[in-house]
Amino acid sequence: MIEAFFNPEIIAAIWPIVLAGLLNTVLLSLIVVPLGLLGGLILALLATVHHPLVRWPLMAWVDFFRAFPPLVLLVLLFAGLPFAGLELGGFACVAIAFFLNTGAYYGEILRAGIDSVPAGQVEAGRSTGLSRLQAMTYIVLPQAVRNVLPDLMSNTLEVVKLTSLGSVVAVPELLFQARQAQSLTYNATPIVLAAIIYFLMLWPLVRLLSRLENRALAGRR
Amino acid sequence: MTTWDRFTETFFNAKVMAKYLPDILSGMVVTIELAVLIIVSGLFAGLVLALLRALAIRPLNWLIIFVVDLFRSLPPLVIIVLIYFGLPAADISPSGFVSTWLSLAFVLMAFSEEIFWAGITSIPKGQWEASRSTGLSFGQTLVNVVLPQALRLTIPPLTNRTIAITKGTALGTVVAVSEILGQASSAVSNSYNPSPLMMGAAAYLVLFLPVVVAARWVETKFAWKR
Repeated sequence: MIEAFFNPEIIAAIWPIVLAGLLNTVLLSLIVVPLGLLGGLILALLATVHHPLVRWPLMAWVDFFRAFPPLVLLVLLFAGLPFAGLELGGFACVAIAFFLNTGAYYGEILRAGIDSVPAGQVEAGRSTGLSRLQAMTYIVLPQAVRNVLPDLMSNTLEVVKLTSLGSVVAVPELLFQARQAQSLTYNATPIVLAAIIYFLMLWPLVRLLSRLENRALAGRR
Repeated sequence: MTTWDRFTETFFNAKVMAKYLPDILSGMVVTIELAVLIIVSGLFAGLVLALLRALAIRPLNWLIIFVVDLFRSLPPLVIIVLIYFGLPAADISPSGFVSTWLSLAFVLMAFSEEIFWAGITSIPKGQWEASRSTGLSFGQTLVNVVLPQALRLTIPPLTNRTIAITKGTALGTVVAVSEILGQASSAVSNSYNPSPLMMGAAAYLVLFLPVVVAARWVETKFAWKR
């Protein structure tokens, strides 16, 4: 059993391959999380315009990406665009797909955060002479982000986990590297190792979130 | 031929679409089967775990918390790959379909246990004490007093999670499940034309868009009072 799933010799041999994957997963996360947040911020700010011509397309946009599996979006970009003469490569496709998909999720969260700040706050800020942009940046957004921080963190956890989709379009992140190592060694150890790394990396965040969520739901009553 | 004609000829080729429509439809059936299995077994297992946790048996609760944390931390695709490529080393060879089903059901179990549990703990202690003092048993209190209130609270977060995890059926394509994306991808490589992929994308929207819109409605209907 240990031979097949947690072989020390194989771990010693493939460790550098898996480690390179881990580094790429961290790098990829550091790129796609801010990208998604940026997309979300754009959507949430657009949502503050309460005009039907903005509201309805925005709602359709968000619903579209909530309904569309991220992997399908990724494959569509990776395998579809070359037919239009646009060959982007796995990494760029991941970046675009995450900007669109996770942007929609971050957007919904940030919108709820902005909604949770009472209108009186903006009015008070505006009456002291702040511009709309200043009131949004200095008064609304800091409170909005604080109010939805658990949701933002929970979505970030999902985004980091989602980077494993990069393996499907040959981005050499943790899962991709582990599968390469697996096919080199004909042994499941590299994948078990990758799973352990994911778990150790994300467990602290999961623990923290579980506490925050329990408290939030209990506090609603 | 204008650019627009070339574009539709490439991405919405009627001949290719007609040829591969049956494949996409059979992919939709597989996706629906997978989705139903995942939702039913995942939510059921999650509720059972939350109820077991309510019994407050220390070592059992630690085990439940560990399992839940494990499946919340691991990316679904990693679990699928682990079951599909890993288990054969232990002489168990689940099919791609079973691997995808089990993986996503475990993930949904973990997330829904957390939500059910948060719902149960949100019911004030006084309600437990009041119903126990009227002579209801622990089980009766749980089923007749606590759960009806707790479940209502869990509906909005549960709907969102369930949709997000069910969309993961597309991951099955990595382990050769012939669901929508799998069918569409093989049709693209057979026809050397991206139209099947566009059909696949449309198929996902046909399946999931009504659910997302319904979820929006459920969210406002069962929204937590601020």
